[in-house]
Amino acid sequence: MAHKSIETKYYEERASFFGDLTRLGALSRRGFLQVAGVSAGIAAAKGLIVPQSFQLIEIAQAAETATPAFTIAYISDTHLYTRKVNDRFVRSAVKAVEEVNALDPQPDFVLFGGDLAQLGRPEELDLGAQILKDLKAPLKMMVGEHDWFLDMGEHWRSLFGPSQYSFNYKGIHFVTLMSVQEKDFWTARGMTPEERMHTVAGLDNGVQSRFEVGPEGRHWLQTDLAAIDKKTPIVIFSHSPLYKYYRNWNFWTEDADDVQAILAKFDTVSVIHGHTHQLLLNRIGNISFYGLLSTAWPWPYAPEGLPKLTVQMNRADPFNAFDGCGDGQLNVLASGMIDKVYNLWNRNPVTVRANYLSSNGTKDRPGATTLSSY
Amino acid sequence: MRPHRLAFVLSLAAGPALAGSDVPRHQLTPSPEGNLVVGLCDGETSIEVKGVKPGDQLTREQGQQIAGALMQEWRQKHPDAEWIVAAADGAPEAPGAGASAESQFQTYGAFTGRDRRIWQESTERLVAEGKRIFHDDKALGGTNAVSCDMCHPDASNTHPETYPKFQVQLGRVALLRDMINWCIENPVRGKPFADDDPRLKALEAYILAQRKGIALDYGKH
Ligand SMILES: [Fe+2]
Ligand SMILES: [Fe+2]
Repeated sequence: MAHKSIETKYYEERASFFGDLTRLGALSRRGFLQVAGVSAGIAAAKGLIVPQSFQLIEIAQAAETATPAFTIAYISDTHLYTRKVNDRFVRSAVKAVEEVNALDPQPDFVLFGGDLAQLGRPEELDLGAQILKDLKAPLKMMVGEHDWFLDMGEHWRSLFGPSQYSFNYKGIHFVTLMSVQEKDFWTARGMTPEERMHTVAGLDNGVQSRFEVGPEGRHWLQTDLAAIDKKTPIVIFSHSPLYKYYRNWNFWTEDADDVQAILAKFDTVSVIHGHTHQLLLNRIGNISFYGLLSTAWPWPYAPEGLPKLTVQMNRADPFNAFDGCGDGQLNVLASGMIDKVYNLWNRNPVTVRANYLSSNGTKDRPGATTLSSY
Repeated sequence: MRPHRLAFVLSLAAGPALAGSDVPRHQLTPSPEGNLVVGLCDGETSIEVKGVKPGDQLTREQGQQIAGALMQEWRQKHPDAEWIVAAADGAPEAPGAGASAESQFQTYGAFTGRDRRIWQESTERLVAEGKRIFHDDKALGGTNAVSCDMCHPDASNTHPETYPKFQVQLGRVALLRDMINWCIENPVRGKPFADDDPRLKALEAYILAQRKGIALDYGKH
């Protein structure tokens, strides 16, 4: 008898459990779409089809949403090793690219949220660039610490250009910040570039410094925003969260208060950040913060410091290599605020309305978790 | 300074508490003139005693001088270190010290502060070894450069306190070690550890150590 992995057996059992969709005729349309989504997710996990499940559900929800002015898709934290070292993270990145390419209509552009590579190696970054090249929509890149600390961003910049830039698009001012600077912890310890990279790559490695935008970056930001009217909606792309969540894991930006002070004069500010690999929401003053999902693995919620507006995503199924991972969309509303879609693989997507954060949690609360974290 | 102090306690007394061959032995360099060489219990400091051959009877004064000289040498090497006086440290305490003079006493439980430090050091050493393996894909025997900490920083979301429990995906009741082995076999793509594998014991030690104070809650989902 052919050997079957425990994952395969598990999916076969689940598929047979959900198997006969004709049984569902009596269910409401919405219920049908949800169950269909789950089953499609299973089929996708077995490699049978490119998953389209979340699109079905998006159609069902579209009527309830203010029509966005335009849409941005996102992919983040792919943490690529080379294919020979680890094929799974490569498959996940490719899956995300296929999903974004399957969106109809296509997004105006795609944001990559940083941590393209796992250990910042040129082969890893080259592989990432090659995978992202297949995207049909234009790409905006952001750098993460895993891309940076082997050669201090040299190869990344040679592939993707400056790590800090801004642009105006459809009335919104977009800024991509380099927010994973760290104070030199390596010279005094006589570390090699590899040791420095490994240290930063360890989330619970307390030897490293904390992330910061740094004085130069903040000065650049201040200059960039100087001429922008306070009514212009601002969207910041940043790899680190730009607030202080949990210091021990560098879910943290040391100079977050200073950066927030620079942004405080604007009426509408959204920060879209990578790095935390989870559904993560926060609101500080006029700033709404949205974390991105990773395609490689989900992080658990930190033991303390979780922003109180965060509605946790269900904890990940350890038996499913893709669970808790995903990609998603930013639906930019006419107001410049953002409805954020967390497209969690093998689950129903979670949409966080701009209103939820701007009302400080009093309106449009997303559904609560049924499987809370430990 | 604390590190010195701990290092000293270990080399003085850890020998009997630890198994076998990895205990460092203090190799004394012989004197060219064949004089007596005396080593300090730190495993590195030694002095030559002029005019005394090995086997000679020493007077009490000579002995005191040798001990004093060794001590001075050690203090020079570790100006900030704290020397623990074994006599003050080694008095057996009755269990529940601070109780009235009439409290029960027996040899079992009559431990010294030094005993406790040795135990703690030994335990922390196992935990540290577990931490090392947890963070090292090679030590885990993985084949895809994935280590435990990549999904479980500080062993978070491993909830050892919830085992044993029925693990739906395995279709049976699982212990923490079953889940450790599941992770080693699947996301890490290695070979599961045998029940008596020291690496498995070390991993369990590290994971449990991160949940100190959490109530046991077996069967929790
Ligand atoms: Fe990341
Ligand atoms: Fe990161």
